[in-house]
Amino acid sequence: MTACHEPPPVAPATHRTARTLTVALVGPPNSGKSTLFNRLTGLRQRVANYPGVTVEQRRGRVRTSSLREVEILDLPGTHSLEPRSEDQRITADILGGRMPGVVRPDAVILVLDATRLGRHLPLAAPVLALGLPTLVVLNMVDDLARGGGGVDAAALADQLGAPVVLVSAVTGHGLEAVRHYLAGRFGAPSRVPLPVLQNVPACRLWASRMSDAAAYRAPAPPRWTRRLDAVFLHPVAGPLVLLAVVLGVFQAMFTAAAPLSDLIEQLVTAVGAVLVAPLPAGAVRDLVSEGVVAGVGSVVVFLPQIAVLFLFIGVLEDSGYLARAALIADRTMARIGLQGKSFIPLLSAYACAVPAVLATRTIENRRDRLATILVAPFMTCAARLPVYTLIIAAFVPDGPLLGRAFGTRAAVLLGLYVLGFLAAVGTARLLKSTILRSDRTPFVLELPPYRLPTIRGLGLRLADRSRAFLTRAGTVILAASVGLWLLCHLPLVDGRPPALEHSVAGTIGRSIEPAIRPLGFDWQIGLGLVTSLAAREVIVGTLGTIHGIEGDATSVGLQHALRRHLEPAAAIALLVFFAFAMQCVSTLAVVRRETGGWRYPTLLFGYTLTLAYGAALLTRWALG
Amino acid sequence: MPPPATLADLPLGATGVLRDLELAPTHARYLMELGFLPGVRVLALAAAPSGDPRVYRVDGAELALRRETARHLMLEQAL
Repeated sequence: MTACHEPPPVAPATHRTARTLTVALVGPPNSGKSTLFNRLTGLRQRVANYPGVTVEQRRGRVRTSSLREVEILDLPGTHSLEPRSEDQRITADILGGRMPGVVRPDAVILVLDATRLGRHLPLAAPVLALGLPTLVVLNMVDDLARGGGGVDAAALADQLGAPVVLVSAVTGHGLEAVRHYLAGRFGAPSRVPLPVLQNVPACRLWASRMSDAAAYRAPAPPRWTRRLDAVFLHPVAGPLVLLAVVLGVFQAMFTAAAPLSDLIEQLVTAVGAVLVAPLPAGAVRDLVSEGVVAGVGSVVVFLPQIAVLFLFIGVLEDSGYLARAALIADRTMARIGLQGKSFIPLLSAYACAVPAVLATRTIENRRDRLATILVAPFMTCAARLPVYTLIIAAFVPDGPLLGRAFGTRAAVLLGLYVLGFLAAVGTARLLKSTILRSDRTPFVLELPPYRLPTIRGLGLRLADRSRAFLTRAGTVILAASVGLWLLCHLPLVDGRPPALEHSVAGTIGRSIEPAIRPLGFDWQIGLGLVTSLAAREVIVGTLGTIHGIEGDATSVGLQHALRRHLEPAAAIALLVFFAFAMQCVSTLAVVRRETGGWRYPTLLFGYTLTLAYGAALLTRWALG
Repeated sequence: MPPPATLADLPLGATGVLRDLELAPTHARYLMELGFLPGVRVLALAAAPSGDPRVYRVDGAELALRRETARHLMLEQAL
């Protein structure tokens, strides 16, 4: 597999003979804009971050019936073009042609939720004021009709001076009209008189005049939603349902995803063995079979967890329950400076931080999202367990504490979970009072009516997320694992890789020994710390290799060997180190991908390392 | 009993008319874009199990606000 290069975030459209036309999708959050985007472009999408920001740039291509290629640009959801947040500034800049490197769109598709026209139509005023040809798409017309509402599209088009089409992006109803618009000439910009854009009440009044003239009738409030909320937000039943959902997600990530991950890893190994068979035995073959194939394995191993988590999040979000879960969790999360929507991502970080970081996408507020990303790695992920198991088994004598079921070893393990949680809480508070100090933007959570998720919608989301992970983070993970493998197998001695302790990694382990000596760690642990950057549990295998013992978490021989090399206080310090340290290039790669640069991963790595070192030093000093 | 002065005081199931948003202008604008405009009728619809945030229906949409925000949304006092 070669490293696939992501196309530059900005498509150079100029070298084409006939310039590809760009159409921007604009609409409020929850207007179904992304569903429409997916419907129009299918899987022909590219996702990138705008340089240096967390905001994602989504582009896709449509071949229209006139055989013309049109590029669709899905802009972040917004209720106005006031540059209040990063998202809104980018939307406003692109539409105004002020975004460096992004061509000003040739036309705009304004997507509005037909069931909430009162709130969504005011956005038409600043969008029409841009002076670009505009197609107004009233989405969710099936829900509108079902609720007894209605609208006269022709009359609204008359009022707005722009074509209006009625669509249901979920079912695909009315999409032909949108495709037809894309195939034709976009027409002239609207010339109707508009209200003063800075005046919200005036825009509202204008919008309600428009919708009155179009005989708009809002649908009746959905009755099912009320009935379901009576249960889901019930003081007793509500939290119980949430608990059940949480346990379900957890269970699925551990029991359904974990065996799948093993299976995929074995499959990769098997395929790798077939691939390298024609190569002559030697260093090159080892590089391919152990370095590259294992590296690919370390990337795809995340796919089942990502798929399972996003399947759940997809069902929760598309059904409308995710907003209810956020509502229930908000009070608790607000205490640590986060918000309700941070809850599910942080929870899934107990399985693995990689999908958890990807799951923060549901958080619209940028600061809250960043804070959630930066604390997620403190949650005790599954990769820490083999390390904890080995060291606890080797150094903590088993004894009853609270009856036979809860012994000293379980207590230490629980303590490590609590430690990670406390570090997350402390870090969240620290972040929100320093670099991510909130501008106290009021927290507003929209509760959409409940809907049945569609298979198609879920499938597109899964494909989208998996592909984004593979191409953007996967390449970095692959490069890092191959790099680490090389460190462990170079320099060659007589054309053969050296013993691990004489490799570059071994040299690094030795050279950091003075730094980790105060923690009670020798160069062997140092080497383990280096190799565990690939994934935390790798340290177990490394220690096994060094001691010439089969390296697995329950190996008695390895426990003996460790007891000879580590004093008990240093072993506990190592546990504490692992509770805090960001020993995982995969997480760093995903954080880089999600935050649009190396700034936050560097900060995260430095901060967790400092914390881990300090806490380990303190632990050894206190116990030693 | 005095009539509810702010949205946060509105009993569940009751409707009030917004008079004023006593918030920083940018924050007031943000809430107004979402539908919390002076003169608009707001129904206190439901609450999280802990009582905060609460869900309000405004202009056909259901929006949850924390108490710390809702107590700055002043209601018209009925005559």
